[in-house]
Amino acid sequence: MSLALIVLLPFLLVLPVWAAGNRSRVLGTALAALAPIGGLALLLPQLAGVLAGTVQVQGWSWIPRLGLDLAFRLDGLSALFALLILGIGLLVVIYAAGYLGKDEPVGSFYAMLLSFMGAMLGVVLSENLLAMVVFWELTSISSFLLIGFWTQVPAARQGARLALTITGGGGLALLAGVILLSQAAGSANLTDIFAQGSALLDHPQYPLFLVLVLLGAFTKSAQFPFHFWLPNAMTAPTPVSAYLHSATMVKAGVFLLARLWPTLSGSALWFFLVTGTGLLTMVVAAWVALYKHDLKGLLAWSTLSHLGLITTLLGFGSPLAGLIAVFHILNHAAFKASLFMSAGIVDHETGTRDARKLGGLYRSMPITFVLATLGSMAMGGVPLFNGFISKEMFFEESVHRVAGPFLDGAAWAWALPALVTLGGLCSVAYSVRLVVDVFLGAPKAELSRHPHDPPATMWAPVAALILVCAAVGVAPAFVAGPLVAAAGAAVTGGLAPEVHLSLWHGITPALGMTALAFVGGPLLFLAWRPLERAQAGLLALDAKAGVERAIDALVELADRHTRWADNGSVQRYFATAVGFILLAGAAAWLTSPEVAPVDPIARAASVPELVLAFVLLLATGVVVRFHRNRILAVVFISVVGLVVSLAFVWFSAPDLGLTQISVEVVTILLMLLALYVLPAGTPSESSPLRRGRDALLALGAGGGVAAMAYGVMVRPQETIGGYYLESSKPLGGGTNVVNVILVDFRGFDTMGEISVLLMASLGVLVLLAGSGPVGPRALTPLSEDRFPAMLTSVTRPMLSLVLLMAVYIFLRGHNLPGGGFIAGLIAVVALIIQYVASGIAWTEQRLQLDFRRMGAIGVLIAVSTGLAPWLFRLPFLTSGYTYLSPPLIGKFEVASAAVFDLGVFLTVIGSMMIMMGRLARYQNSDELAAVHGRRR
Amino acid sequence: MISIEAIYALAIGALVAGGVYLLLRARTFPIILGLSLISYAVNLYLVSMGRLAVGRAAFTLPGTEGHVDPVPQALVLTAIVIGFAMTAFSITLAVKSFVVFGNDHIDGREDA
Repeated sequence: MSLALIVLLPFLLVLPVWAAGNRSRVLGTALAALAPIGGLALLLPQLAGVLAGTVQVQGWSWIPRLGLDLAFRLDGLSALFALLILGIGLLVVIYAAGYLGKDEPVGSFYAMLLSFMGAMLGVVLSENLLAMVVFWELTSISSFLLIGFWTQVPAARQGARLALTITGGGGLALLAGVILLSQAAGSANLTDIFAQGSALLDHPQYPLFLVLVLLGAFTKSAQFPFHFWLPNAMTAPTPVSAYLHSATMVKAGVFLLARLWPTLSGSALWFFLVTGTGLLTMVVAAWVALYKHDLKGLLAWSTLSHLGLITTLLGFGSPLAGLIAVFHILNHAAFKASLFMSAGIVDHETGTRDARKLGGLYRSMPITFVLATLGSMAMGGVPLFNGFISKEMFFEESVHRVAGPFLDGAAWAWALPALVTLGGLCSVAYSVRLVVDVFLGAPKAELSRHPHDPPATMWAPVAALILVCAAVGVAPAFVAGPLVAAAGAAVTGGLAPEVHLSLWHGITPALGMTALAFVGGPLLFLAWRPLERAQAGLLALDAKAGVERAIDALVELADRHTRWADNGSVQRYFATAVGFILLAGAAAWLTSPEVAPVDPIARAASVPELVLAFVLLLATGVVVRFHRNRILAVVFISVVGLVVSLAFVWFSAPDLGLTQISVEVVTILLMLLALYVLPAGTPSESSPLRRGRDALLALGAGGGVAAMAYGVMVRPQETIGGYYLESSKPLGGGTNVVNVILVDFRGFDTMGEISVLLMASLGVLVLLAGSGPVGPRALTPLSEDRFPAMLTSVTRPMLSLVLLMAVYIFLRGHNLPGGGFIAGLIAVVALIIQYVASGIAWTEQRLQLDFRRMGAIGVLIAVSTGLAPWLFRLPFLTSGYTYLSPPLIGKFEVASAAVFDLGVFLTVIGSMMIMMGRLARYQNSDELAAVHGRRR
Repeated sequence: MISIEAIYALAIGALVAGGVYLLLRARTFPIILGLSLISYAVNLYLVSMGRLAVGRAAFTLPGTEGHVDPVPQALVLTAIVIGFAMTAFSITLAVKSFVVFGNDHIDGREDA
C-alpha cells in the first residue's frame, strides 16, 4: 500500500496546489513540498530493507486480460531513483519559489511539476511493464506542458512540441516493444521476467523487441540521433531543466536500460547498439557543449554527453559496468541539477544566460560563484568530488572492455578508451569554460542590472546538492556505498561484484587517462575560439528546423488527402461506399466454402409469376430511364410497390402484402407532396463518363445481390421458424405466428422499432418547424376544382367503415393476418383520404385528434406493457393470456400482447399522421412562401 | 424453363441496380426514388430467405398445413414500416434542404 501511496501522493496534491498556489505563493509552495516530504517519509523507513537486498512487490490486478497489473516494486534501483526524484524534487520546489516571477501562475507550475513527479515515480516503481509505459507517456506529457510553460514564447511552444513528438513517438515504440517482450516472456511483471534470466536472448523476436525498447530509451534519454529535442527543451523554466531535463526524466531511458539489463543485455547486438550509441552521443555532445554560449545550452549538451556515458556503461554488459552506471546516474543528477540551478540564478540576477555577455561575477555574486565552481569541479571530475570517482571507474572499465567478449582485444578496440578519454577531456574543457567565462575576468558593461546573490531559498538547494557531491567524493564508501551496491545488485540481478568505492585506485590506466583529460581539457579551452570559427557551420546545425519542416510537410500531405477524399461531393462518397461494399462482397464470395445447391429447377415459374416479374422489370426500367420526369417516376414507382405487395401475397405472406400496400399509399402521397415544393424535373448534368461509372457500379451491385439471392434460394434451408410455429399458440396464445413474433417473442425489437418511427416523425416535426397552423392562405385554391365532389361524397361515409375495418383487422391480428401495424396503416390511409378529398382544415376541424400525443401514448402503452410484469416479479415484457366468456359475445381470448399491439397501433397512426400533416401544412408555410416569392 | 428462383433473383437484381444507379444521381429526388427501390429489393430478398412458397400459411389455425417460415416475414413487416419512416424523413430533408439552399443538389450547391 505504501508504495502506491508514494506514487499517488503527488497526483492527489495536484488540484489543491493548483487552487491554492495561484492565490498564495507560500501556501502553494508548502503544499507542493508536501509531496516529496511525504514521499520521503514513506520511503526512508523502507530503506533499511532495500539496502539489505529485499525486494518488495505490491499490486492489484487492473486489466487481467491484457496482463496489465497496477503493481509496484521497491528494490535497490527503484529506491535509488525514487530518492533522486523525491530529494531533488523537494529542492526544486523550494528553488522555484524564488525563481518564478511575481506575476507567474505558481499554482499551475507546481501542479504540472507534481504531476510529473507522480508519473516519474510511477515509472521507476512500476513492477508491471505495461503500467510503466502508461506512466512513461505521462512524463512525456507533463514534460511537454512544463517546457511550454511560458506559452507566450514561440521557442517554448516549438521546443515543447518537438520534445513531445520525439519522446511520445519513442514511447509508442516502447509500448510495441514491451508488448512483444511480455508476450515472449509470458508476463509483463518484472518478477516473472527476471525469473527467466537471460533466456529471452534466444527468443526469435529478440532483435525486434530489443530495437523497439531501445528506441523508447534512446528518445527519452536523448541519445544520438534523437538528441536534439533536449537542447531545444531548454526554453523551459530553469527549475524544470534542473529537475526533468538533467536529473530525472531524461534518466528514464537509462533507467529502462538498467531495469531490463538482466533480460536484454549480454548479446552482441546489445553491446554494439547501446555502447555505440552511447559513445557517439558522449563524445559529440561533449565536443559541442564547449561551444555553447548559452549557459543552459552548454549544460544541456553536457547532459547529453553524460547520458551517453551512462548508456555506454550499460552497453558494456558487464556487471561492474552496470553498477558504475547506477553510481554515475546518482552523481550526475546531483552536480548537474546544482549547476542548472546556478545557471538559473545567474539568469535571474543578470537577465542573460549568454556567456559572452557575462564575466567577473565572482565579485558581485560570491556565494553563487563558489557553488557553481564546486559544481563544475564535480562535473569535470576533479578529485574529492563524486564525478571523479565514477568517471575514474568508467575509464578503468573501458580499458577492461577492450579485451572483453565482443571486442576480443582487436587493435581497433583501443578506439574505445581513446574516445572515452576524449569525452572526459572535453568535459574538463567545458567545465573550465563555465567558470572562467561567467565568473572570472572583468565584468562586462552591458548588463542592465546590478547582480547580487539571490535569497537563501534559491542558493540553499544548490548548496545542499554540492554537499552531497562533496560528501560522496570524500567518503564514497560510507555515503553512497550501500545504496549503490543495492542498486547495482538490482540492475545486474545480483551479479555485481562487491566493490569498495574509494578515492584512490592505485596506478592504473585510468589514472593516466584522467591526467590526460586534466592536461588536455584546459588546453582545449584555450583554443575554443579559433576552433569555433573553423566549424561554425557545423555547430549551427539544428535538427529542429528539419523536424518542423517534416511535420509541416506531413500535415500538408494529410490536408491534401483530406481535400481529395472529402471534397464535399456526396455522389463521390456514395460511389466509394458502393465500390467498397462490392469489393467486400466479392472477397467474401471468393473465400466462402462451397455448399452444394439442391435441384436448381425444382419448379418452373408459372404464368402469373412471369407476368408480375415482367411488370416489375418494366416499371423499374421506366423509373430509371425517365427519372428526370419526376411525376412519371412516382407513378411508376407506385406500380413497382404494387407488384411487390402482390408478390408478398402470392408468396404466402399476407401480412406483408397488407402492410406494403398501405405504406405504399402513404409514401406515394408524401412524394407527391414533396414535388409540390421540389422542381418537377431533374436536369441532365452528369457526364457520360460518370453515368457509365454509375451504371457499372449499379450493374455490379444488382448482379451481386441477384446472384446472392439465387445462390441462397437454391440451397438447403436451416431455420428457427419451426420453434415459433410450434410455440406460437401454446406460449403466445395466437395462431398468426408473424404477429405473435412481433408483439410477443420479439416484442422488445418491436418496441425499439415503434420508438424509431416516432422519433423519425419528431424529426420531421422539427425540420419543418415554423410551418405554423393552417391559415387562411390554405383556402386559396390552387385550382378552381379543389376537392372533387365525387371523391368528397364517397369518402366521407367510407371513413367510419374503413376505421371499423381497421379495428377488425387489429382485433383478429393475433390469429389471422392483421395486427397493430396493419390496422394502424389502414386507419392512416382512411384519414389521409379525407385530407385529400376534403382538405386538412375541414378534416381536422372534425377530427380533433392530437397525433403527437397519440404517438407518445402508443409508445408509453408498449413500454408499460413491458414494465407491468415487473409488478409480478416477472421479466420485462413477459406476456400472458386468458379466456373470458361474457354473455352474448361468447368465449374470447384476452392477451397482454394485445395491449402491446394497441401501443403499436397508436404509434403508427400518430407518427404517420404527424409526418403527413406536417409536410402537407408546409405547403402553406411562410418559409416556403418566402422561397417562392424569391424565385418569382 | 426458367425456375421461379431465377426470375425472383432477377427481379431483386433489377431493383438493386436501378436503385443504386438512382442513388448515385446528383439531385435529391432521384436519390429518394433509388432508396425506395433498394428498400423493395431488400424486403423481397429477406422474404426469400424463408424460401419461396405458394399457397401456404403463416398461421397455425386448425386445418392449415404446410407452413411457411414466419421469421423473415416478421422481420420484413417491421422493415417496411421503418423503411417508410426513413423515406419520409429523407423526403423532409430534401424539402428542407431545397428551401434552405435554394436548389435540390445533393451537395447543397449546384456548381459541384
